[in-house]
Amino acid sequence: MSTWLAVLAVGLLGSLAAALWRVWHGPGQADRMMAAQLVGTAGVGLLLILWAMGERAALDVALVLALLAALAAVGFVKASSVDGAGDPEEEAPDPSMIKGRRHDP
Amino acid sequence: MTLDLLRLLLTIALTGAGLVFYVAGTLGLLRFPDTFSRLHALTKADNLGLGLLALGLAFQAPGWAEVAKLALIWLLALLAAGTVAQLVARAALGRGAR
Repeated sequence: MSTWLAVLAVGLLGSLAAALWRVWHGPGQADRMMAAQLVGTAGVGLLLILWAMGERAALDVALVLALLAALAAVGFVKASSVDGAGDPEEEAPDPSMIKGRRHDP
Repeated sequence: MTLDLLRLLLTIALTGAGLVFYVAGTLGLLRFPDTFSRLHALTKADNLGLGLLALGLAFQAPGWAEVAKLALIWLLALLAAGTVAQLVARAALGRGAR
């Protein structure tokens, strides 16, 4: 049983490594954010395997990681909206109105 | 004895299927041409992988409390992935990724 869990863990670590390649190559910032989401999901999977191996506290850690992965994406969206308000649907306000606008497109 | 064997086989089968979906989601993230199709692969396949993994490991849970917590983790991951996919897609759209 524990060997099977080790095989699963290696498989998940392989998918994490693939996600890192997407972080490096990802043309857009959204692609890099998606890879961060994958790290969150695969991390939760790894923690579940760790829990099955006997580390009973890992279950709560997985719950917290699942929550934080979602908040990371919210941070990305808030940073990408024009004035940082976070609602991507809003029309871009007049650029002169925004103080300290980042050069990022 | 057969009950334990059944539990073991179920766990191995379900977690194996979960791993297959994880790898499929990751391959989708790498191979798909467009930002939004990658988002599809990532959100759907990985969460199904997580669900199968949680279901498979639920058979190893000593009590019903752990099974409920596993289900809660998967539910939270599902809700989070659904909303995050919408948010990231809209952010990517605003950024010119047609």
